[in-house]
Amino acid sequence: MSDLSLRSAFAVLLKRDLVLAYRRRAEIANPLLFFILITALFPLGLGSNKPMLQAVGPGVIWVAALLAALLSLDGMFRSDFEDGSLEQLMLSSHPVSLLVVAKISAHWLVTGLPLVVVAPLLGVLLSLPGDAIAVLVLTLLLGTPILSLIGAVGVALTVGLRRGGIILSLLVLPLYVPVLIFASDAVSTAAAGIPITAQLYIIGAMLVLALSLAPLATAASLRVSLS
Amino acid sequence: MPELAAELLECERNGRVLFSGLGFSLQPGQILMLEGRNGSGKTSLLRILCGIRLPDAGLVSWGGEDIFKLGPDYHEHVSYVGHRDGVKQDLTPRENLRIARAMGKPNPDVEIEDVLEFFDLYDLDDVPTRTLSAGQQRRLALGRLLVTRATLWLLDEPFTSLDRHGIDRFEKLMQEHGEAGGMVALTTHHRVALPDTKRINLSS
Amino acid sequence: MFMRWFHELGSPPYFYRFAGRLIPWLGGLCLVLLVTGLYLGLIVAPSDYQQGESYRIIYIHVPSAWMSLFIYVVMAACGAIALIWRMKLAEVVAISSAPVGASFTFLALVTGSLWGKPMWGTWWVWDARLTSELLLLFLYLGVIALYSAIEDKRQAARAASILAIVGVVNIPLIHYSVEWWNTLHQGPTVTKFDAPSIDVRMLVPLLIMALAFKLFYIVNMLMRARCELLSRERNSRWVAELAEADHG
Repeated sequence: MSDLSLRSAFAVLLKRDLVLAYRRRAEIANPLLFFILITALFPLGLGSNKPMLQAVGPGVIWVAALLAALLSLDGMFRSDFEDGSLEQLMLSSHPVSLLVVAKISAHWLVTGLPLVVVAPLLGVLLSLPGDAIAVLVLTLLLGTPILSLIGAVGVALTVGLRRGGIILSLLVLPLYVPVLIFASDAVSTAAAGIPITAQLYIIGAMLVLALSLAPLATAASLRVSLS
Repeated sequence: MPELAAELLECERNGRVLFSGLGFSLQPGQILMLEGRNGSGKTSLLRILCGIRLPDAGLVSWGGEDIFKLGPDYHEHVSYVGHRDGVKQDLTPRENLRIARAMGKPNPDVEIEDVLEFFDLYDLDDVPTRTLSAGQQRRLALGRLLVTRATLWLLDEPFTSLDRHGIDRFEKLMQEHGEAGGMVALTTHHRVALPDTKRINLSS
Repeated sequence: MFMRWFHELGSPPYFYRFAGRLIPWLGGLCLVLLVTGLYLGLIVAPSDYQQGESYRIIYIHVPSAWMSLFIYVVMAACGAIALIWRMKLAEVVAISSAPVGASFTFLALVTGSLWGKPMWGTWWVWDARLTSELLLLFLYLGVIALYSAIEDKRQAARAASILAIVGVVNIPLIHYSVEWWNTLHQGPTVTKFDAPSIDVRMLVPLLIMALAFKLFYIVNMLMRARCELLSRERNSRWVAELAEADHG
């Protein structure tokens, strides 16, 4: 199979998922609203004391991002599993692990990228300084793809289960911990005016690691779930 | 063209052995009917032949090589229509076929228009698939068989929801596929009027 | 020779009998070591000049913590063997290891927190190792939950194996990130588990206990694996013969 047809299969699949998401755009908005709502609940619960909000802000926004990502994951393979498209995907004449990357990319564009875009607004709500907001956006930009990649493995393992949602959170959230730690630490550190190159490099390295391993694990998991 | 062969296949579900020691081969031009009562493992067998499901023992080979080792190199020869149609409800029939074509090895001799025409879907070409009737959706799923160059068709109850006219038409299509050197393995409860089909009964 | 034995061991009836013969011996040895280790550790070993008698919990805590990680790695390795060579027995060993590993992890957490009370005056401190151990427990619970949620047990074992392998890749990352987080948020705490020069009279019981725990794991895992094999192979001839022999 030539590169050209693989590239076109990748593009067709990516486009397919984007078109499907567009035709169901009301559903995409849900995780985003959830993200905003959760973040807005914290000042209501903790009080509007500015230094305190600044201190908890990075962690709160990142935890909300994890939960929003988790909420959106189920959509990645569920409908394809139910209507049989996933079987067809596994029977493609292209490597499944590469096609899976197309699906994960589409998922990130539809659910991860919007989080990055609204993050500055949430930073303002939690009175983060300007530098910290810039770093927040940067960490989300590097970190949310990791969430989609790791999440894909979890969804692939649980897609055949009727009540996969709760198990999914048990599988995926512990694996999200390193991203959470380094990303929220980067934002807090930036707020204190200390350089954060180390954290960014580490998150970048995790992204590379996830990008190279997660598709393989996802493809293997889908094979198991469909058998 | 290579042949499909199964040796000593065994399949169990939830600890119950559905079949074991099953062996057969399928040569170019042959049509194979898998028969058996409900729950005898016809669908499981088809899924094993697809390479979606692992057999609990035994081997399926294509041209003498294990299909699980071949992977995508086997799948480019295979087209499968299962219980679930595998079409996206929110896409139009044309979009669905275009995707199916890109996922496999496209057949340059067949235009998507011709396939839609053949399965009487041409007029429904720009509405979402979810508005189609069950029979029309099934015809769309069968349309996938024509858009790639797959030689081996694996069909699980392909006649479900089709009307008499549709059944006749599809039987003829299978026959032509066989005459052109293709292979078909199918399960069905319908009486099929195909000459010289090979039969395997899983219940006996 | 070795390969043939290895191959034979892979056949369920052979493994069932082999494990059955091994269990009493290993179990007995485990018991002896356990009693010796506890006696030496709790009674013979001198008390610590800083921590007094409360340090003696290391004889449970440290071997449990070692085992929690060791078993996870064994589980992932067996999972990989199960996936690559489709070896039924490796699936069974991987799956039978998970509850034992989870129990050791839980034990390490509980003893760590019991130790924390006299040391820090509180039951729980977000210490780096305790936090890593907590996350490890979640990883174990994930594997167990996934296995029990999938009905077909072969499929379930293969899914759990993949998860275990993903987990093993993540463990160093999790450990490293938690250490990072701990030093940043808490300031360097005096890590209580590091004893740079440990008295030989303290070290020997610790090593004996570690060995005893390892044997306990093997015995427990083999027992679970035997049960799992029986339930999976309940329709096969060798299980039927076994049941027959038991009745007759």
